[in-house]
Amino acid sequence: MTNTIACIEKADVILITGSNTTENHPVLSAFVKRAVHFNNSRLIVVDPRRIKIAGFAHQYLRPNLGTDVAWINGLMHVIIRDNLYNHDFVDTRTVGFDELKQTVEKYTPSHVEKITGIAATQIEDAARMYAGARVGSILYCMGITQHVSGTDNVKSLANLAMLCGFLGVEGGGVNPLRGQNNVQGACDMGGLPDVYTGYQKVISPELRAKMETAWAVTGLPDQPGLKVTHMVPAAHDGKLKAMYVIGENPLVSDPDLNHAEKSFENLDFLVVQDIFMTETAQKADVVLPSCCFAEKDGTFSNTERRVQRVRKAVDPPGEARDDWRIIADISLRMGYNMGIASAEDIFEEIRKVTPSYAGISYSRIDKVGLHWPCPTDNHPGTPILHKEQFSSGKGVFHGIDWIPPAEQADDTYPLYLTTGRVLYHYHTGTMTMKSEGLNERVPECFVEISPQDADRFDLEEGVSVDIASRRGTITARIAISDKAVVGTIFIPFHFARAAANKLTNAELDPISGIPEFKVCAVSLSRAA
Amino acid sequence: MESQRSITINGNRLSFSPGETILDVAKRNSIDIPTLCHLKRALPSGVCRVCVVEVTGARNLLPACATPAADFMEVQTESAKVVEARRLIIKLMLSSGNHNCAITGSDTTDWTRFQLSVHKDDNNDDLCPVWGDCRLQDLAYRYQVSADGLERLPCPYPMETVNPFIVRDFSRCVQCGRCVQACNEIQVNNAIDFGYQSSRTKIITPGDRPLKDSDCVFCGECVQVCPVGALVEKNARYNVRQWDVKKVKTTCSYCGVGCQLYLHVRDGHVVKVTGAEGSLPNDGNLCVKGRFGFDFINSSERLTRPLIRKDGELKEAGWDEALNLVAQRLGTIKDQHGPDSIGVLTSARITNEENYLAQKFARAVVKTNNVDHCARL
Repeated sequence: MTNTIACIEKADVILITGSNTTENHPVLSAFVKRAVHFNNSRLIVVDPRRIKIAGFAHQYLRPNLGTDVAWINGLMHVIIRDNLYNHDFVDTRTVGFDELKQTVEKYTPSHVEKITGIAATQIEDAARMYAGARVGSILYCMGITQHVSGTDNVKSLANLAMLCGFLGVEGGGVNPLRGQNNVQGACDMGGLPDVYTGYQKVISPELRAKMETAWAVTGLPDQPGLKVTHMVPAAHDGKLKAMYVIGENPLVSDPDLNHAEKSFENLDFLVVQDIFMTETAQKADVVLPSCCFAEKDGTFSNTERRVQRVRKAVDPPGEARDDWRIIADISLRMGYNMGIASAEDIFEEIRKVTPSYAGISYSRIDKVGLHWPCPTDNHPGTPILHKEQFSSGKGVFHGIDWIPPAEQADDTYPLYLTTGRVLYHYHTGTMTMKSEGLNERVPECFVEISPQDADRFDLEEGVSVDIASRRGTITARIAISDKAVVGTIFIPFHFARAAANKLTNAELDPISGIPEFKVCAVSLSRAA
Repeated sequence: MESQRSITINGNRLSFSPGETILDVAKRNSIDIPTLCHLKRALPSGVCRVCVVEVTGARNLLPACATPAADFMEVQTESAKVVEARRLIIKLMLSSGNHNCAITGSDTTDWTRFQLSVHKDDNNDDLCPVWGDCRLQDLAYRYQVSADGLERLPCPYPMETVNPFIVRDFSRCVQCGRCVQACNEIQVNNAIDFGYQSSRTKIITPGDRPLKDSDCVFCGECVQVCPVGALVEKNARYNVRQWDVKKVKTTCSYCGVGCQLYLHVRDGHVVKVTGAEGSLPNDGNLCVKGRFGFDFINSSERLTRPLIRKDGELKEAGWDEALNLVAQRLGTIKDQHGPDSIGVLTSARITNEENYLAQKFARAVVKTNNVDHCARL
């Protein structure tokens, strides 16, 4: 997030898109609900499902799946046409306005209505409400990013916020909500193929030299590596021979699982390090038992870039070990001594090589976490990014055209499928499904369908159906719900036994490498 | 310069800013005015009247939580009149239900009869499930109040135990409204409110349905703010006593909000979770997963020993054997097919320190940049 969670209550207009906030970020959603109920903030929700937070919205816009660039361009069209944009901000803080203006010119509300299904008047109203704010905050999640146009979608939201000058100010911002406890930290720590810690690029000779010195090695690789969504096909083609998987369950979370499963089986050697015997671990050659969060010391970085302590409360079961110790032990056996004896030792090393974390220490975050960037010991941290200027100087507007999703519904696969999570479960369910109470609330997979579609396919509540896409078939029960909008069904991806990701499309965003989980075409039929 | 507004509390002249209540000013100056229904971040409701104070010139005692400080106001927080009023308020609350702690006048046969009836209601012969962790009990001790001599009316509503997370024991509810405010003003789930009237008042969902059939999303905020034993975690009720646990503050391991929470540990096991109040970003709030989804930690399905595939099956092995095998196989594959034939998937679930080490392992040891995690998935 460019801003903090607490900042949400300072916005007078909040735009939520592609985030089922009450179910996936329940505590954060309370900030939004309080803002609406008690601070008189306006709320605009744009989502293909009529999710619970939409019930709090002053305007709910329902776009067709994969049409986000179009409606965002539509809002900007109105804002520029009616001269509602922030001239000061655009003039002093940004470049590329003319390009943007030219691109969005053709996205008239009536043109946008044809693409998105959102009524032209709603586009007009939402544009005026957002641009009319003193300060507006945008919250988004995987409903924006998990598309072949995911990067375009995010850039479009940034365009919109810059156009209105809602960046670098309290209550504003473009705020991605991170879905897992330490996605932010995994990225910050260089758990990405193209960067070291703090987003220092591996292709930079200076940075490479700096890391070589810090790590006392030579010959660090100079080209970006494979993204996870490229590792799987590389395994399939036999180019990737071995994988070391730590705390992940790609055989439930990856798209097009049938293909992914074949790819993993094709590896010469698979090591899985986890707390449970996951679907992925079952395929492994070696499984290493590790500690869960309650059994370890360390830090997580949350969605607002706040680095917070994790503290050991209990001992791990049996012979399970800290992940860091296991990694260090393997390194040692491969001839490299990590030279660390505790989580804090590692953190001290992180500070040395990472400018944005340099001022953070265990003693400073003992009571309250700090937001990076925090470059020095007495720096207060940075709750709000881009206050004076953007990290690269000026904010750049990108003129972006809408491209349709990779797959369209047709006669054989007449419905659209979108996927996500439910309140009571988490990702691939390895943790939540150990809780009887959570299982009692949502015991199994289901297909959320609109009453109209249920009628059309002659399906009643609870009936078992086969859902098929071009890639696979699963079976689940019908759950008729007003959340669903005609023509689109929803299936949570938590359940290995009816894995929604057997259906999903592995088509990737060309830049981020993110798969288009949120759109594919399916058919429904009563299960035999 | 404008002259400072001031209020006198217990003889101390104190400045205040407009909008502050007597309670706010007192708190800021470390003057203790006891409260029960008062809930941080919610509008003062003044329901319980435990915080009443004496204000010179006022006809009645005034609730400190809901009375704005005013210039020249003179306040007594523990005068004889105040203490007498508080004692009566506490006594009425104590007599309103199954408050079976020792303060309920233990010298009489009444006590025995009462205990036995509570044990029957509870199907348990222990003292109140929140003994030692109860605001009402604390206040009763502080003001030396017992419920002796007052007639106890039977609670008209049975206990609700039909959901997996929360037991609602209406016989211990003092109707302070904290749960209602937590649900409507803090979490804004709007699932419960006051229902029925006078002696039949009950905290209800619309239609007085059980929580499991209502809009309740089991965030458990109501349990955390309940000052008595009316709302208790089902698994902890009579099972976890506050004095048996050690509390460890840490960060939730579910979504990216990073809620600060306390793990309550007994005998090496996490037995309960509460939100850490006063800590950002969540200030005590949690969701159903964070508060109730901790069973996995103690799960019997946890992996406890390394496993190595032999003859097609995963079999238990020692650490040395497993680590040696990993190092040797990765080493061989690296030598034969080059470093880029190996990929490392690190994790959005493990710590920063471990992620750092995993990418360092990929880059400095294996010499590949093939390192990623499931941020995209």
